[in-house]
Amino acid sequence: MSQGSRPGPPLWLLAELTYRCPLHCVFCYNPVDFAKHEGELSTDDWLRVLREAREQGSVQCGFSGGEPMLRDDLEVLVAEAHRLGYYTNLLTSGVGLTEARIAALKQAGLDHIQLSFQDSTREVNDFLSHTRTFELKEKVAAMIKAHGYPMVMNIVIHRLNIDHMDRIIGMADELGAEYLELANSQYYSWAQLNRDHLLPTREQIERAEAVTATWREKLDGRMRIFFVVPDYHESRPKRCMNGWGNVFLTVTPDGTALPCHTARMLPGLDFPNVRNMNVHDIWYESEGFNRYRGTGWMKEPCASCDEKEKDLGGCRCQAYMLTQDPAAADPVCAKSPHHHVIADAVARAEQCGEQREHPLVFRGPAESRRLTRETTD
Amino acid sequence: MNTAAANDTRPMIGRGFRLQWEAAQDCHVLLYPEGMVRLNQSAGEILKRCDGERDVAAIVADLEASFGASGLEKDVLAFLDMAHQQKWVQW
Repeated sequence: MSQGSRPGPPLWLLAELTYRCPLHCVFCYNPVDFAKHEGELSTDDWLRVLREAREQGSVQCGFSGGEPMLRDDLEVLVAEAHRLGYYTNLLTSGVGLTEARIAALKQAGLDHIQLSFQDSTREVNDFLSHTRTFELKEKVAAMIKAHGYPMVMNIVIHRLNIDHMDRIIGMADELGAEYLELANSQYYSWAQLNRDHLLPTREQIERAEAVTATWREKLDGRMRIFFVVPDYHESRPKRCMNGWGNVFLTVTPDGTALPCHTARMLPGLDFPNVRNMNVHDIWYESEGFNRYRGTGWMKEPCASCDEKEKDLGGCRCQAYMLTQDPAAADPVCAKSPHHHVIADAVARAEQCGEQREHPLVFRGPAESRRLTRETTD
Repeated sequence: MNTAAANDTRPMIGRGFRLQWEAAQDCHVLLYPEGMVRLNQSAGEILKRCDGERDVAAIVADLEASFGASGLEKDVLAFLDMAHQQKWVQW
C-alpha cells in the first residue's frame, strides 16, 4: 500500500462458483486456461468464505461463473448469504433456471437476478434470430417477473452484433426488461484472443449509440438502458474495479482470491487461496492484494500525472497484456508510450475484411486444454 | 408516482432495496442490485422508520422525541421526496 492508510472493506464479493458452462461465448472473461483449474470449492468452503467476507464488511454478493446454475448447492449458498445480511445477486444465462429452482432461490432470499443474453450458439451472426435462444430467454424472463424480480438484462456488444442494436433493444423490450445493460466487450481472456473479430469500428459504435438514443426516447422511461462504451475508443483509461483491492474481491471456483476477475494472468504475483488463508488476511495482508493498491507502485507517466487519483493508472491486466509490464500505464491512456498498440488495433478494426490470424475461438474445455498446452510448451 | 410526500403519506423501503446497519462502515446503508448508498445519520434515522405503517406525521413526531428536536417536518418531507425520486422509498 502506498499511503499507509488502511483500505476500506471488501464491499463486493464475487463468488465464481464454477468454470463449467453450457455456453461457448467468444468474449468470455474466464481465463483461457480455465480447464487446468479443476477442483471446485465444496459447499462448506463456500459457506466459510461467505461468513468470513461478511465479517470483513462485504455487503454485495454476486453468484457467477461459468454458469452458477450448474452448482446444485446454489440455493444453500444463497440462503446462507441472505441470512448473513448480503444483498444477493445471481448472474446467469438462464440455462438451468427452472420454475422449481427459481422458487427455491426466491425462498432462500435471493434479491436480484441479472439475465445475460449471450450468443450461445456457434452461429454468432444468427443468434439474434435463433428461436431456441429467444424462447428460452422468454420463458426465463417470464419466470423472473412472476417471482417479483425486476427484469435486468445484460448483453455483451461486439462487432458481430453491434449492427443489430435496434433488434437487440426491441427484443429486450418484448421480454419486458426494465433495465438493459449494453456492455461493449472488454478485451480480456477469450475476448482478447478474438479481439480482431470483436472490436467494432468507431462508426459502428456511433450508429449503435444513435439507435440507443432513439429507443430511449421511444421507451419514455419504461426501460432504462445503460450503454457501456468500449475503452479502446477512449483516450483515458477506466478506473478499473474502482481501484485494486479497494472494494472488490473475486473468489474463483478453485478458491483463488483475486482483486479482479482476470488478475490471475499477471506474472510474479502469488494470489492467496481461501483454502489456506482467511478473508481478513487475504484482503489486508496478502502480497497479491497489496501490490497495486493506491498509487505508490506507479511508474511514469502515471507517477507524476495529475489524473492518477482519478483513474489509478487504469487496468493492470490490460497493461500487462499489451506492454508485458503490469506496472505500466494502461495503454488506453493517450499519455502512455504504448498507446499506439490500442490505436493500431482500432485502426485494424477500421479496415473491413482484413486478414485475421485465426478464426473465432469458442470458449470450451477442449479449446482451453489446447491453448494451455500451447502456452506451456 | 409523482405525488409529493404529505403528512398522511405512509412511506416504505422501495422494492428491491434493503436498509441495514453496517458496523464495518459505521452507518446505515441502502443496498440495491449491485450497488449501495451510504447514508448519513439523519437519512438513516428517517429511513429506518419507513415501515409502511407509520405516516409522515408519526415519523416526524418520533424523530423529534428521539432527538429532542422540533420543526423537523419540512426537512423530512424534502428528504422523502428526494428518496421517492430515487425509488429508495415507495408509497
